[in-house]
Amino acid sequence: MPIIDLANPTRFLRFAERALPWLAGLTLLAFAAGLNLTLGAPDDYQQGATVKIMFIHVPSAWLGMGIWALMTIAALGTLVWRHPLADVAAKAAAPVGAAFTLLCLVTGSLWGRPMWGAYWVWDARLTSVLVLFLMYLGVMALWRTVDDPARAGRAAAILTLVGAINLPIIKFSVDWWNTLHQPASVLRLAGPSIHPSILIPLLAMTLAFVLLFLALHLAAMRNEILRRRVRSLMMMQAQTAPGSGS
Amino acid sequence: MTALAALFVRDVRLAIRVGGGGGIGVLFFLIVVTLMPFAIGPDLALLGRIGPAILWLGALLASLLTLDRLLAMDQEDGSLDLMLTGRSPLELAVAAKALAHWLTTGLPLVIAAPLLGLFLNLDLGSSGAVALTLLAGTPALTFIGLIGAALSVTLRRGGLLLAVLVMPLTVPVLIFGVAASNAALVGPLPFGTPFTILCALTLISIVVGTFAAATALRHGME
Amino acid sequence: MNLGPHAPFIVAAYGIATFVIGALIAWVMLDHRAQLRALDDLELRGVTRRSDRAPEKTA
Repeated sequence: MPIIDLANPTRFLRFAERALPWLAGLTLLAFAAGLNLTLGAPDDYQQGATVKIMFIHVPSAWLGMGIWALMTIAALGTLVWRHPLADVAAKAAAPVGAAFTLLCLVTGSLWGRPMWGAYWVWDARLTSVLVLFLMYLGVMALWRTVDDPARAGRAAAILTLVGAINLPIIKFSVDWWNTLHQPASVLRLAGPSIHPSILIPLLAMTLAFVLLFLALHLAAMRNEILRRRVRSLMMMQAQTAPGSGS
Repeated sequence: MTALAALFVRDVRLAIRVGGGGGIGVLFFLIVVTLMPFAIGPDLALLGRIGPAILWLGALLASLLTLDRLLAMDQEDGSLDLMLTGRSPLELAVAAKALAHWLTTGLPLVIAAPLLGLFLNLDLGSSGAVALTLLAGTPALTFIGLIGAALSVTLRRGGLLLAVLVMPLTVPVLIFGVAASNAALVGPLPFGTPFTILCALTLISIVVGTFAAATALRHGME
Repeated sequence: MNLGPHAPFIVAAYGIATFVIGALIAWVMLDHRAQLRALDDLELRGVTRRSDRAPEKTA
């Protein structure tokens, strides 16, 4: 029942106003705890203190991929179930996802400079994330170029679904391409087995990042609903008062 | 079925008579390949090594260039609406159009590739290998582009947006196309491995592209 | 705390993370304020939603 209730934008707005302060507070607490644990984390025997970059790099990478998954569900919501808030959710998520993906790229590059000796290495994971970032930008460009939100929403939903089908293929191709061109041996980002002393701060930071995303997403969805309200009011005004200027 | 055949024949005939599409694509391909040595120098050994990559990039860009002709003109003269309301399934109609488009713009690129390979110091055998990978790979480019064309037609925005939406999706095709060509030329890898994956990518693109484009048109035109 | 020889990179990573997150928060808050102002502006000019004029009916 509550989910059906929230399909009503007005009720959703009320819910968002009530939930946002709590979510923001929780996010702050989680970041305080996560950063505290990060400070206490030991250095890695291979990476030294640069392992600290992982505590923001890895959560942003997970979020970057997770947000596309969320947009995929929202896209199904738009096309199949025609949920009224699905395209609001998809539109609000895209810039946040792009920002986290960018953060993942930048921190990966800053980690790579001391570890690999270059700001950018065509590492399989980094390259896949770069393509993901480009696709986020494509979806955002699509949203921006079209005025009518319903029309843009359906187009963006199709692009998101196609992206969701293609992203695993891209990942596979890039991995394959990378093993073909693998230069000697480089230190890979985040090894296969992680020691608990690193894992616990990492999970704490991930929780903080996820909470941050939820808060940002909720706020951005609220803004989007308000923006559509403004838009429909403006159009109503333009219709009822012809020639009254701006 | 006859309606689809008629649509296919009409598209091929239009593309040949009106001109532009395929011819301009090949011309663009030729110019891109001509520009490359000016950028990287006339070193024949280097050109021979990266020749397949240049040919593939040129073909990719050329097929992107012709994409906005795929559906835009049908939307302008209203025949797209007829297709939407017509009796034959939209998926098949769209696939027939894409096939006709590939035949008139993709195939000329494949035929031109061995000739352009000569400019890049590729011998006839390796040029043939590159052309074979292009033959297998360019349908994928057309059908991926079909999605972008359908989206941009419904949004009435073409050109750059279309390229931006489509290009990231072509990464796998580019990787395996160039890898298969290199495998035939020098690579330690057997030609078959990347080539079969390239064919698989083309088949996937045909399915995904057709259905996604039809969905985009249905949702966009309502 | 000793960050080792690569301290600038670690500090830069955390700095950029703070900046990106700060920018996201600022975007969300400024956008909210802009939309509220636009709604208020419309209300001053007498343009309101049906549901705001008659609270019994939910649009």
